Amino acid sequence: MMKALLKGGRVINPATNTDAVMDLLVEDGKVTQWAEKIQEEADEVIDATGKWVVPGFIDVHVHLREPGFEYKETIRTGSQAAVMGGFTTICCMPNTEPVVDNEIMVEYIKLKADREGACHVLPIGAITKGQKGEELANIGQMVKAGACGISEDGKSVMNAGLLKTAMKYSKMFDIPVMSHCEDKSLVAGGVMNAGEQSTLLGLKGISNDSEDVMIARDIILARATGAKLHLCHVSTKGGIDLIRDAKSHGQEVSAEICPHHFTLSDRDVLDYDANTKMNPPLRSMDDVLALRQALKDDVVNIIATDHAPHSEDEKNCEYEKAAFGIVGLETAFTLGYTVLVKGDWLTPMQLVAKMSTNPAKLLGIEKGDISVGKAADITVIDPEKEYVIDAKNFASMGKNTPFDGWRVQGKVEYTLVDGKMKVKEGVLQ
Amino acid sequence: MLNRKDVLGLRDMSKEEILEILSVAKEMKQRIDHPHLRVDELRHTSIVTLFYENSTRTKTSFALAGKYLGATVQDLGIATSSVNKGESLIDTGKTLDQMGIEVMIMRNSLTGAPHVLARNVNAHVINAGDGSNEHPTQALLDLFTISEYKKSFEGLKVAIIGDISHSRVARSNVFGLQKLGADVTLAGPSTLLGSAQLLKVKTTSDIKEAVKDADVVMGLRIQFERQKTTNFPGIGEYRELFGINREILKYAKKDVLVMHPGPVNRGVELSTDVIDGGNSVINIQVKNGVAVRMAILKLLAKGGNQ
Repeated sequence: MMKALLKGGRVINPATNTDAVMDLLVEDGKVTQWAEKIQEEADEVIDATGKWVVPGFIDVHVHLREPGFEYKETIRTGSQAAVMGGFTTICCMPNTEPVVDNEIMVEYIKLKADREGACHVLPIGAITKGQKGEELANIGQMVKAGACGISEDGKSVMNAGLLKTAMKYSKMFDIPVMSHCEDKSLVAGGVMNAGEQSTLLGLKGISNDSEDVMIARDIILARATGAKLHLCHVSTKGGIDLIRDAKSHGQEVSAEICPHHFTLSDRDVLDYDANTKMNPPLRSMDDVLALRQALKDDVVNIIATDHAPHSEDEKNCEYEKAAFGIVGLETAFTLGYTVLVKGDWLTPMQLVAKMSTNPAKLLGIEKGDISVGKAADITVIDPEKEYVIDAKNFASMGKNTPFDGWRVQGKVEYTLVDGKMKVKEGVLQ
Repeated sequence: MLNRKDVLGLRDMSKEEILEILSVAKEMKQRIDHPHLRVDELRHTSIVTLFYENSTRTKTSFALAGKYLGATVQDLGIATSSVNKGESLIDTGKTLDQMGIEVMIMRNSLTGAPHVLARNVNAHVINAGDGSNEHPTQALLDLFTISEYKKSFEGLKVAIIGDISHSRVARSNVFGLQKLGADVTLAGPSTLLGSAQLLKVKTTSDIKEAVKDADVVMGLRIQFERQKTTNFPGIGEYRELFGINREILKYAKKDVLVMHPGPVNRGVELSTDVIDGGNSVINIQVKNGVAVRMAILKLLAKGGNQ
């Protein structure tokens, strides 16, 4: 039986509204004791003085690329990047090759994750077969096999009737419908946010309305069906207003915001460097401020990365040709801390809740809580530690980040998954 | 001297640099008209043209500009090169670098492609048009042509009319004219103006308002090849609402210059009598194109920062 003792850390556990300095004992994969002082022999003693001890982070939006795109990322490397970033559970999107649209694919990913993964991996199933938007995928069988939700990922189900059917159907399984909101006919070949910067650079713009119309549609369909709607990577002020409005009328709408969207604006798209190219794009500063405010007001309760690794060649090329997406697992917490906590937008409790407790609630899983008796998925953070982000040292195979070379504060020091030390003193085990 | 490695656009070029190019172009123009004045100044310079998009006049203009200066000019026929085998732009650039190419002149349908090439090669890169972004040498030859007829750019009224949103020519001209103090109006159907108002110029869909008291009227080619969706109902309606004809020109100043980057859709953007009329400098633009490109090649190859 493996024992770990975390001494003197600041335990921040949103599920119990705890924020106090204490010791925490982990035995056999579970948290067995919280106390001011624990006198026990342990295999691992972690001096957590001055550090945060928090429930392991949960990312509801990750691309692991396996199967089909193992040159970008694998379940093994993606989950290693996850634990390096303090995540203990990640949900992977179904846009692999083949698409995760049946129970066999769900089983495959789970099997691979059990064998090679560094953390818990929960597959998300596609809404329609082959993500083609024509007929429903085997949603029930996928859920039975362990899918944690459904998403068409990377696109909207454009046929509103079909999406409505999927929403109704999903209710039988109490799973979230995770909506990527984008009307391609309004995107019209755009590659960055439509605005002054795209005009100056001569790049085709992606307007806010291409996202807003679909957010509006999906909110309306969720209201009609009662489905558990989760809006992926909301990036616009208009989208936030729609969510705020729905909530003010008593509708439950879950949503996530990505660290790059609350950190950067389209002003950071410079010199045709494709590391700033993602979908949705980096928006205007007005949008960025609306996103921060929405997180502060708890209108949006989840921070997710949309971790999207690509090979160097897919990024170091012409901007319009380059792939959409950036990696996020290894920079999410530190950006949240540096931008949102140090910037006085969020309390430490709020940040931790949005990265662990709230995603667990959305998924309906027994995680995001390190109370006595719960699984020991724990992350230890040094909030004072300043460091420079170095992409080439990422555990992820994807080095595509606009944050390379950034000086940031707040570093993941330890990650325990079911009590097993996956990251120790900042080093992958 | 141009203190830069590449010429990628007018957005990041200073007024002084622009004027320097125009001044050298004046001298170069003499050499086009008088072959005995030509000097093989660039006889040790090798130039390659890489045109990922079709072009006759720009490519020929660059090739002649190089040859009039004594340079070796090679065209990389994209259709027959390894680009067709899927070679990346950066790999193509590095290969040419190794072969001793000092100047790469590229046209590409992707915005920012020359910038990516420039970052990855030692050679000078000249942008001969990228996507809907910039076409700096076209704008420089337009500025040079204007400077031959007008005393000053300060307060000069320039109307650019047509398919603004797909026009890299319009954009480069806006950046250049603004730096020189001209007063620019962009006009066209509202669906083809794009977000041009964000360039801090006047925009209008009323062609008479645009042309009123103009010193320069520049027509733009309707770029049917870049129109992915229908932005206007048809040529007939376009001609009626936005075609530049003799009637419309009456609103402009008497000595208005009529310009067009070519090739013209005759009878669409400009009526035939205007194209061939006394105010048209369209043919002069072509000659000036060679002069301006000679100036840029000379300034870059002889003094540009490597």
